[in-house]
Amino acid sequence: MIRAILTVFVKEFRENLRDRRTLFSALLLGPLLGPVLFYAALSLNIEQTTAKSDRPIEVAVSHGERAPNMLAFLHQYGVDVKPVDLDDSGARAAIRDHQQSLVLVIADSFGTHLALGDPAPLQLYADSSDASNTRGLSRVRLLLEQYGSLIARLRITARGIDPSVLTPIVVQDVDVSTPASRSVVLLGTLSYLILLTMLMGGMYLAIDTTAGERERGSLEALLTVPVKRQQLIYGKILATCAYMAISLTLTVIAFSIALPHAGLEHFGMSVNFGPLAVMRLILYCLPLVPLGAALMTIVAAFTRSYREAQTYLAVVLLVPTLPLVFAGMLGLRPTARLMMVPSLSQHFLITSLLRDEPIPAAFSALSVVTTLAVGAVLMSIAGRLYDREALLG
Amino acid sequence: MIEASTLRKAFGAVTAVRDVSLRAQDGRITGLLGPNGAGKSTTLRILYTVLRPDGGDATIDGISVLRDPLEARKHIGVLPHGTGIYPNLTARENVLYFGALHGLSRKDSAARAAELIGLLEMEEFADRVAKGFSQGQRVKTALARAIVHRPRNVLLDEPTNGLDVMAVRTLRRLLKRLRDEGHCLLFSSHVMQEVGALCDEVVVIAHGTVVANGTPDDIRSRTGKSNLEDAFVRLIGTGEGLG
Repeated sequence: MIRAILTVFVKEFRENLRDRRTLFSALLLGPLLGPVLFYAALSLNIEQTTAKSDRPIEVAVSHGERAPNMLAFLHQYGVDVKPVDLDDSGARAAIRDHQQSLVLVIADSFGTHLALGDPAPLQLYADSSDASNTRGLSRVRLLLEQYGSLIARLRITARGIDPSVLTPIVVQDVDVSTPASRSVVLLGTLSYLILLTMLMGGMYLAIDTTAGERERGSLEALLTVPVKRQQLIYGKILATCAYMAISLTLTVIAFSIALPHAGLEHFGMSVNFGPLAVMRLILYCLPLVPLGAALMTIVAAFTRSYREAQTYLAVVLLVPTLPLVFAGMLGLRPTARLMMVPSLSQHFLITSLLRDEPIPAAFSALSVVTTLAVGAVLMSIAGRLYDREALLG
Repeated sequence: MIEASTLRKAFGAVTAVRDVSLRAQDGRITGLLGPNGAGKSTTLRILYTVLRPDGGDATIDGISVLRDPLEARKHIGVLPHGTGIYPNLTARENVLYFGALHGLSRKDSAARAAELIGLLEMEEFADRVAKGFSQGQRVKTALARAIVHRPRNVLLDEPTNGLDVMAVRTLRRLLKRLRDEGHCLLFSSHVMQEVGALCDEVVVIAHGTVVANGTPDDIRSRTGKSNLEDAFVRLIGTGEGLG
């Protein structure tokens, strides 16, 4: 049984190595096109997001009633104040769970301290490691300081002193940064391109070994050999897997060479893309290979011609990449449940790897196991479908 | 030996094979003769286990194609309609691939491929990629592929289609040689001369039904026509050949 599968695998692998179209799409187009598309996405993204930089910042405020004037001040400078009721631990939890990005807690004694002229305590909670927050955090802190100095000026004026003595120098900050959500989108684009080129690497093989074989008329002869049809299709899927794996490897290596020159650091992003990261990235994506190969083979095996197969597969290529799009739009973050979704879990693994944010080992394991399981199910479906008579067309 | 009894096969509303029984013996060349659409290819496809019949059964050397198709396949070599060889493999690689799929060892396969390349006069193109092959070269390659595992029974679907005179002669010589070695050969054709020149037995099919069988002489005498072509037209009814 293994021998028959290997025989088919070796033949398909070798035959397609001689096919210029397959070679071009698997080994050249993907790895080259990936970085090029990424550059395009990069520049487009910058244009798009510069427009969003004036969006109001949202701050969750607990016990706002203790400082109504301060909140009015914040509001006047474009801060959206959202009343919440959180204590210290609640505020920490809200930040950690990404329910809030900024929480301002006004202490009980705030008013009395202020009235006495003592420093009045405020707690501003934020996650400084979360790159998407930095702009909002610094802006709110600046506004609070401005409010503080406003009060100081009033106090000094009340004592008959010119308040300008308090400002020996004037620094004008011009915030031209773009929202850091961009980094998420960019890395999403990166993982999207990696997964897409991986699938594309196997697309022609999936078509050639099924619809192509039927169109050339060689399928009929092949089905007369004393080998189970499942074994034939497994050998073909294996060859598709091999090309996908090669395409994946080349693409990731191409990105690792190209990215350091993309000037990402200018946009406040640092990308972790050393040799170790390259290896881990490939390992994260490999479980998706059998799934994609089986899926494309199933679809290609039931089209009537090479061209029809191409049309359908162009659509099928989008299926495994859809979760990524949703993740980008909804700003999804990895959870145990989402890590069970193939391709989405790989996306999370890739982005967390590139951002150098460790992801729990259990999450990676979950991704590998569920992806392989779905792949195995699709493989057996492909095997069963290949047994049908309608296959001959 | 190939035996079929009351085969029936329909594709949706179209009944391709209505009632076909036939017997192709070892050491004989049996021709399946009929106009286009008579059910020749469907019959052959059932016999070489690619299609399952809706009714009836067939045996290859006593093995049922319905109950044990995998075993039956070991006893047949098939030249399907349109040859269908792999364009990016050389002729030799095409043959070796099928040798391996039939379970031949690498050495065995290689020796057998070399033998067939000599036998079919394929030396000139054996190690060229099949993409630019002429029809004759393609048929030779497909034939070598079909018999790489020394099957006792060989089924050929319109093997002379598109061949020039020289290629037809090589093919005939080979088929006769296989017959003389004791193989059972069954081939389909709609060309009268072909069948007359080559066959020991003829099975005439029309509308998915066997309308006559016997030696070419039998059929000529039974229809009262001295010419096989006239006999054929008589058997299937006029106009049918155009359908």
